[in-house]
Amino acid sequence: MNSCTERLKNGIITENPTFVMMLGMCPTLAVTTSAINGLGMGLTTTAVLILSNAFISLLRKVIPDKVRIPAFIVIVASFVTIIQLLLKAYLPFLDSALGVYIPLIVVNCIILGRAEAYASKNPVLPSIFDGLGMGLGFTFGLTCIGICREVLGSGAIFGKEFIPSDYHITFFVLAPGAFLVLSFLTAIQNKLKMPSATNVETAGTEIACGGNCAGCTGASCVANKGLVEAERAAAKAAKAQAAKEAAEKAKAAKAAKAAAEKKED
Amino acid sequence: MSNLLNISSSPHVRDKSSTKSIMWDVFLALMPAAIFGIYNFSVKPRDINAILLIVVCIATCVLTEYIWQKAMKLPLTVSDGSAAVTGLLLALNLSSTFPIWMAIIGSVFAIIIVKQLFGGLGQNFMNPALGARCFLMVSFAGQMTSFTYDGVTGATPLAQIKMGTGTPKLLDMFLGTTGGTIGETSVVALLIGAAYLVARKVISLRIPVTYIVTFAIFAILFGQHDIMYLAKELCGGGLILGAFFMATDYVTSPITPKGQIVFGIILGVLTGVFRIFGASAEGVSYAIIISNLLVPLIERVTIPVPFGKEGIKDGK
Repeated sequence: MNSCTERLKNGIITENPTFVMMLGMCPTLAVTTSAINGLGMGLTTTAVLILSNAFISLLRKVIPDKVRIPAFIVIVASFVTIIQLLLKAYLPFLDSALGVYIPLIVVNCIILGRAEAYASKNPVLPSIFDGLGMGLGFTFGLTCIGICREVLGSGAIFGKEFIPSDYHITFFVLAPGAFLVLSFLTAIQNKLKMPSATNVETAGTEIACGGNCAGCTGASCVANKGLVEAERAAAKAAKAQAAKEAAEKAKAAKAAKAAAEKKED
Repeated sequence: MSNLLNISSSPHVRDKSSTKSIMWDVFLALMPAAIFGIYNFSVKPRDINAILLIVVCIATCVLTEYIWQKAMKLPLTVSDGSAAVTGLLLALNLSSTFPIWMAIIGSVFAIIIVKQLFGGLGQNFMNPALGARCFLMVSFAGQMTSFTYDGVTGATPLAQIKMGTGTPKLLDMFLGTTGGTIGETSVVALLIGAAYLVARKVISLRIPVTYIVTFAIFAILFGQHDIMYLAKELCGGGLILGAFFMATDYVTSPITPKGQIVFGIILGVLTGVFRIFGASAEGVSYAIIISNLLVPLIERVTIPVPFGKEGIKDGK
């Protein structure tokens, strides 16, 4: 159960898809014109993410490695279709607000990314929690952006208008506002030094992930990890070397002092 | 003696001009247009808003830069006058009835988002005043495009030509006794300022001349084939203000001579496309902003050949 809570924390904070991993930017920028749209999009994606992670994890030993991506997409697309039809039936207002971005969840990189990086290699229960954590992290990010844009651009929160329409800054409802709000929230996230993957400090490297992405086995990440470890080892060795040198220096100084004292004698 | 034989690395040709002197030259050169704008929109109709806009924009820009640099513990560069020029340019680009609080938001946007977030003066990729103008245009389209002249709200001469709703007099457009933004109406006042800048060698004529000539050719080819139409298109809108004062901004225009000519041609074509084929009558600010984004590419392909390497190809 421990790994399940770890997965939740990982998805919501450490590797938050919106502010840390910068994944799924298309819905992030396009549908967050209001808080309710952001929340709806986030929860829809969460549902798809949990279901697809669970099924891909179940089928991980059946799916041949060579055709895994098409297989993942078929699974994801099935769930997206189900969710879309459910939304059309029970939440038509959300369906019309999100429009084409619901079918586009199929190609959302978070879902395929989690399938590839986590669900296809791990048991069912952690995969479900991974999906839940990532989905909630995504929902949190989208809702934050949605609230900021709605307050500034339409003077409302969740549709309740509290600023008269003369004072709305339309810029924030339009596309450039999305980029601006996203960048500001990410900057705040970085400034506050939230314990995320990008805030890991390694000696002198500028490698973003810090080699700390548990479960991530992408080729570049492995390379990064190697780099970071080499860097850390080098830093350690340098430190040891410096300590050794300092000790030797002190020894030499002591010897010199002793020699000088001897001479004086 | 020692000065004569002083050996040092380049640059060897020195000049007394500094960022400060250039900025204040630009500020001074904008004064005729600003004074005419105040006369036209504040003194004549007895409306204090235009003069207030100019003061508030300059004050907000300078104050924002000061506060930002203090808060971020950066060296203070307020005294170089670049923020004051940005504020003045922004005010001259606003309608005389524009609400003050919106102008304050625009000024803060210009300084913090367009200028300081990218590293301050010399690092901004886009003209701050124009960036803010486009931000305000997108945010408050109604207030930005409502022009009042002599107490009557009406279309600018350029819009009248575009819509075919009126025939503005060319002399009015040249002198500036028409509706429009505070600083753009008077071609004669702007040309006085531009002549001062050219005489002081603050700007070269390459960008403005190629810009205006390209636009004129484009307008004759694709607009109405009429010399009066062309003259009105040249005198109307922000073309002169943009060509001499904003397209020539050092930071956001190419430094290579060839690049400046390419830049001017792109500006002229874009302005023509926006004015003649676009939905709006005006296109100078968007044309300049889009061309600003192309400057790094223009500079890359127009790097001049170093002296002595003219005949040598591929560094061999």
